[in-house]
Amino acid sequence: MSPVVKLLAQRIALSLLLLLLISVVIFAGTMVLPGDVAQSILGQSATPEALANLRAELGVNDPPVQRYFAWLFGAIQGDLGTALTSGQDISEALASRFWNTLFLAFWAAVVAVPLAIFLGLVAVRFKDRWPDKLISGVTLASISIPEFLIGYVLMYLVAVKLRWFPSVAMINDNMNLFEKLNAIALPIAVLTLVVLAHMMRMTRAAILNVMQSAYIETAELKGLNAFQVIYRHAFPNAIAPIVNVVMLNLAYLVVGVVVIEVVFVYPGMGQYLVDHVSKRDVPVVQACGLIFAAVYIGLNMIADIVAILSNPRLRHPK
Amino acid sequence: MNRHMQYLASQAVAGKLSRRDFLGKAAALGFTAVSANLLLSSAAKAAGPQKGGTIRLGLQGGSTTDSLDPALVTNTVGLMVTRLWGETLVELAEDGGIEGKLAESYEASADAKTWTFKLRSGVTYSNGQNVTAEDVVKTMERHSGEDTKSGALGIMRGIKDVRADGDSVVFELDSPNADLPYLLADYHLIIQPGGGMDDPAAAIGTGPYIMKSSDMGVRFVAEKNPNYWGDLGNADTVEIIVINDDTARVAALQSGQVDVIDRVPPRTAKLVDRAPNITVHSTSAAGHYVFIMHCNTAPFDNNDVRLALKYGINRQEMVDKILNGYGTVGNDTPINASYPMYTELEQRQFDPDKAMHHLKKSGHDGSILLRTSDNSFPGAPDASALFQQSLAGAGIKLDVKREPNDGYWSEVWNNKPFCTSYWGGRPTQDQMFTTAYLSTADWNDTRFNNEQFDQMLVAARGELDVAKRTQMYADMSTILRDEGGLICPMFNDFVEATTDKVDGFVEGIPGQVLMNGYAASKLWVKA
Repeated sequence: MSPVVKLLAQRIALSLLLLLLISVVIFAGTMVLPGDVAQSILGQSATPEALANLRAELGVNDPPVQRYFAWLFGAIQGDLGTALTSGQDISEALASRFWNTLFLAFWAAVVAVPLAIFLGLVAVRFKDRWPDKLISGVTLASISIPEFLIGYVLMYLVAVKLRWFPSVAMINDNMNLFEKLNAIALPIAVLTLVVLAHMMRMTRAAILNVMQSAYIETAELKGLNAFQVIYRHAFPNAIAPIVNVVMLNLAYLVVGVVVIEVVFVYPGMGQYLVDHVSKRDVPVVQACGLIFAAVYIGLNMIADIVAILSNPRLRHPK
Repeated sequence: MNRHMQYLASQAVAGKLSRRDFLGKAAALGFTAVSANLLLSSAAKAAGPQKGGTIRLGLQGGSTTDSLDPALVTNTVGLMVTRLWGETLVELAEDGGIEGKLAESYEASADAKTWTFKLRSGVTYSNGQNVTAEDVVKTMERHSGEDTKSGALGIMRGIKDVRADGDSVVFELDSPNADLPYLLADYHLIIQPGGGMDDPAAAIGTGPYIMKSSDMGVRFVAEKNPNYWGDLGNADTVEIIVINDDTARVAALQSGQVDVIDRVPPRTAKLVDRAPNITVHSTSAAGHYVFIMHCNTAPFDNNDVRLALKYGINRQEMVDKILNGYGTVGNDTPINASYPMYTELEQRQFDPDKAMHHLKKSGHDGSILLRTSDNSFPGAPDASALFQQSLAGAGIKLDVKREPNDGYWSEVWNNKPFCTSYWGGRPTQDQMFTTAYLSTADWNDTRFNNEQFDQMLVAARGELDVAKRTQMYADMSTILRDEGGLICPMFNDFVEATTDKVDGFVEGIPGQVLMNGYAASKLWVKA
């Protein structure tokens, strides 16, 4: 087996193991949440008999280890159980929410990733001159301001004053793609501002690092212009750290946008999770936790795989 | 002068004069704001509602865990949606009385123990079925069964038997209750086909609208019911969007994405009202913000400690700073002028000397612990800080402990001896007292146990003589004010706003938020 295949297999196995461990943590964590599920479903009017019946029905009386494996095997087969509050099938309810979250994350990434990399390249090209300082200043300012505040400011300026885009990012199945993009324009803008700085700075740093190598000097001496040097010689060698930070930010776009979803009334997974946490709907919380963990681990795994594959020493072993 | 006012009102309705200018001119002519508003709304009614268009509401208080089952409605969004597709037997009228909905008329036996409701004939559900007396019986059964989760269970407890009698429904009560029609106006008690036993969340009812799409905690769309029996429902389409974030809700109104919002934050209401195309409406209501003490737990088991705290709170300051003027001062009873049979009691004033006197008399020494959280009522931590300051002036030390929002209603409220909370109010004194001040009530969150009070409550319930009943309720309020565990500094107004695209909003309608929940069907889109 070539070492690169072995490395990849190891990396994937490690991710699966990590996911398994996290599933234990999620399950144990939701078990120790304060408040009794049966009590919170039945409310103040609960009689002791009704509580006992419901506990038996929910299987809360079984030993935790048994419940954990029942839950895990269900989850592997795509059965996440039913929500305690509404009795709905969780997989079904989550699917549309998860799809919405991915939709927003995808379009935010489509805008943010190329923009960040482009700005990073520009910053390198004009290193220590005013374009570099302007780009760094603006992106660092936007990452330092809390995202809900950027949301409110954009909402006030763009939606209330200029009326270019709606402040409520409500999307539904009857809308065509253009209408949906129009609706989510503001959240995309906020998310872009939030993730831009991190990716841009990393691109800049990685490429500057490479730029000090001898082969770059050679390329310059060959007479290539600055952009060609960056694009043809520096960028391919800086790809691993850049992909790493891009993946981290993509993961953030999926799992970290609860605040943005609430501010812009976007029907994604964040709001769904928060509502169910406050109602102690444990199966839903577990399902959301598992999905978020899977996304996070998956994207990080992809980042590592890209890093492995983009490393010539690993691709072409002696 | 009166004719001049009517001219101005018609100008205002036609949009040639802004509402604010109109109110300003009216004030200059010596009219009070209330009478000017009434004149304005009657002029608006004279101009007539217009049919058609879409009304969009941005509302607070929906969650993805909600259900369309009317028994499980707990929030504003649920109330507004239920009012679209369903109807109760009777409803609270705009003047505070009772009007028939699915029941055309009703009558009580002389002892107020047997009530007969005659159903309106020829009313159909949105699935085409006729409404029968049997459906009403089944509905009542569903809300009162042993294992029901209905929010109306509490008010159904006194009903012994419900039976169909031709096109009438007869209610037999355990004990006399002159308020039964008020109880049956509860928004959970929507009449559903077969009582909703088979499919409680089907949203099939007799309301002015039919649900077209329902995404819990996100968005609801309803279209006009072409076969509706009454005259409710002006717009062709109603769209309800759940916007829980205050700033986002106001921005949605300002940017014209919605036409109506509820819960304008009092802090910014005056700023919002300043926009030329937006009007903020304020309706005084029965809801109140409270500090509750357990009357059976030390040190609050001593009435002098309770009185010391009651005299040590500055009510007007709370109304001014916490509600920004959108409210009225409370008097340590849950009852205010929005209740029928209300009697004004002598107002308790902020009096540090008396507070100090009562504390000395009680012999209590040391500080008192108050628990609060942001969600117990908007601005509760700030109100607690104000209370702390005003008590400090009377030499009483109050420690304020900030509790997390999450779990507040299960861990702190109705559990810890002194905390902040709120009450939404009830349509009648009887319901308010029965829910929270009867010694055996589930939600007796002040652990109030007064035999005389309990007896008077039962006696008043069966008393059909309004004068006698009014006196009894005044006496009960006095007992609560002087001995109860409730510190009620303020009654909060409903603060709501509309854009100039819609018309027909009437302030001061008793009952629930947004014109007792009927704003969606009573407002109209201006042509």
